[in-house]
Amino acid sequence: MGEDTDATPTLNHHGFLPDHNYVTEADIISTVEFNHTGELLATGDKGGRVVIFQREPESKSDPFSQGEYNVYSTFQSHEPEFDYLKSLEIEEKINKIRWLPQQNAAHFLLSTNDKTIKLWKVSERDKRPEGYNLKDEEGRIKDISTVTSLQVPVLKPMDLMVEVSPRRVFANAHTYHINSISVNSDYETYMSADDLRINLWHLDITDRSFNIVDIKPANMEDLTEVITAAEFHPHHCNLFVYSSSKGTLRLCDMREAALCDKHSKLFEEPEDPCARSFFSEIISSVSDVKFSHSGRYLLTRDYLTAKVWDLNMESKPLETYQVHDYLRSKLCSLYENDCIFDKFECAWNGSDSVIMTGAYNNFFRMFDRNTKRDVTLEASRESSKPRAVLKPRRVCAAGGKRRKDDISVDSLDFTKKILHTAWHPNENIIAIAATNNLYIFQDKLNSEMH
Amino acid sequence: MFPKGTKRKFSDAGEEAVGGGGGDQGPSAASSSSSSAAAAAARTLTSSYSLQRQSLLDMSLIKLQLCHMLVEPNLCRSVLIANTVRQIQEEMTQDGTWQIMTQALAAAQCPADRLVATEVLCRQTDPAAQAGQSPKPFSVSGVEEGYHSEEVVMDGDVETEVTMSSLSPASPHASSASYLAGPFGMRPCWEEEDDDDEEEEGDCEEDEEEDSEECASEGEEAEQDHLRADSRTGEQVFGTFEIKHPAPPPDPALDELFSDVDPSYYDLDTVLTGMQSAPKMGPYDLLESLSSHGPTALSSSSSCRSDLNELDHIMEIIVGS
Repeated sequence: MGEDTDATPTLNHHGFLPDHNYVTEADIISTVEFNHTGELLATGDKGGRVVIFQREPESKSDPFSQGEYNVYSTFQSHEPEFDYLKSLEIEEKINKIRWLPQQNAAHFLLSTNDKTIKLWKVSERDKRPEGYNLKDEEGRIKDISTVTSLQVPVLKPMDLMVEVSPRRVFANAHTYHINSISVNSDYETYMSADDLRINLWHLDITDRSFNIVDIKPANMEDLTEVITAAEFHPHHCNLFVYSSSKGTLRLCDMREAALCDKHSKLFEEPEDPCARSFFSEIISSVSDVKFSHSGRYLLTRDYLTAKVWDLNMESKPLETYQVHDYLRSKLCSLYENDCIFDKFECAWNGSDSVIMTGAYNNFFRMFDRNTKRDVTLEASRESSKPRAVLKPRRVCAAGGKRRKDDISVDSLDFTKKILHTAWHPNENIIAIAATNNLYIFQDKLNSEMH
Repeated sequence: MFPKGTKRKFSDAGEEAVGGGGGDQGPSAASSSSSSAAAAAARTLTSSYSLQRQSLLDMSLIKLQLCHMLVEPNLCRSVLIANTVRQIQEEMTQDGTWQIMTQALAAAQCPADRLVATEVLCRQTDPAAQAGQSPKPFSVSGVEEGYHSEEVVMDGDVETEVTMSSLSPASPHASSASYLAGPFGMRPCWEEEDDDDEEEEGDCEEDEEEDSEECASEGEEAEQDHLRADSRTGEQVFGTFEIKHPAPPPDPALDELFSDVDPSYYDLDTVLTGMQSAPKMGPYDLLESLSSHGPTALSSSSSCRSDLNELDHIMEIIVGS
């Protein structure tokens, strides 16, 4: 894994950070997702907006401008709503974006807030018809008496225009908050998961969905576990996995039954009795689950670790990576300020050899599964000038031996958390969302995956 | 999240006793060597552990109560906090701390007296309504801990704490254990409110054998006598707590803290079940709760008085009188 990573210029998502670091709530990025080719990168924010970046084609003349991402389109995906029955607001925050595989010139993506999923079509228009017979250049109806000959309208090039239009709205299917959506490998169906239920949709049908998982207890007093994330298998359209707040993963097969409450496989690591504390359950709650590109492994993130599971081994994870174990002694404070409930996401690289996840203080971590090496990097304006190589960071225990540039645990900024990260499907390009800023890092030295 | 005036009782290093250092660090783990049973025993006797556990319990209850009700609160977070509360409660039950606490609080209850916590948690405008006010045990202890932690610590309450946990009451465990029944700990804030007494008893029965006796409010006189017998212990334990007679001057910081919170939050039932009589509804399954819940328990016109009725009702269940 190359450690030398160039930093492309920071792409400021919306607005800018004044000196006193005030951040507009609406600008906080809430999801990041590359499309299947990596040409497009979509981000969603708390204000319900989606911004799509497109990678510029590499220019041979200027080697440094190759492959930069620029804004392609911005649109308002979701608006705040009000649930009159419950007298509660429905946030417009985009929880997840998932791209559909491209099948024609247009791009399609699904975006969801807490309650409603929308299918958006993103298409380009770079030609317009000219030479109408009945209308003049400004569109006014011509006086027929002035028309002496007929002409065939021709398509003339125009400035590129990106049009985004909502094609489907999938609403009213979730009582609880949607946390995940996942497109099936059959490219016809997708699933949406909330805290207690998972529904299966057909992309063309908006007024119906099938409930495939329901863990709501008959008596809500007995509720002790919720669904935290769900994903379809990348190749087997009948398999999907969902994670729970108790740290379990359930692999379900839709061929077995219509309602997949009964799992095919249950992945759970037995609890270490010595490490048991009041916070054991909370830190075991899985915040994200991702299939590897091969479909052979699962990557999960809980509060302190990232784990790789083999689909064939349910008893324990294959590999466990400590993301920020120095927080283990601080769990009570983190519980007090609610940081212990932060949901970090995780990501595979294209070849499934490296995993990545975010942490606090705008740090993010990468673990090479083969070499067992890991690195901590920081996404911040100060530390990443354009074209600069990111410097590895280190967190040392309070009072421990400190090298230059090390940061002590007590100096970590817990308001700067990197919850959302994404990795280009083929190349060593990563997108990091740090509050309201999007950072895109490219590994110029090792652009191919190994 | 502590109310004003709380002194943090432990540093992060000391948190390992509660936070569970990775097995090879922290005082509790060190003393327990490799046996988890020994660890449990060691933890029970450590007064700092009890303090930390109590503080964690208070924190969790406050978190459950103060849900921001503009948007539906995070169900995952609520479930995890409620599970933590349940876990603490179970451990305190095993220690015997739980029944001591509830007994002592019930014994300390007196019509004319009013604990500060009640004042805070049930913001009263009607002085007449304040008489006959019964405190809510778990929240009382919680806020008491918060407000009077200095007194608790400085008055050598460390020993008192130890006394608490080591005191196995001579009274039968059976009726004490049933204190666990009832709304607290078993009725997290996303539930539908059950105003029906039978339903509450039914819920209790799920958990403890003696519940039905408790919830059915039978043997009232016997319970009162039993409680009075323990009142001396309770007074010893809670002697350092401030017991106020009529209204203390309102604390501006507290008012500020609770100023933008709907007063019906203070209703124990509301808090635990997430239901409010005001238009703003709690989260989770409100559709169902709408149909099953009627304004039956809230008979009085003012919300404060209705809160009191609710409190009395809950106290009866918990105290068993």
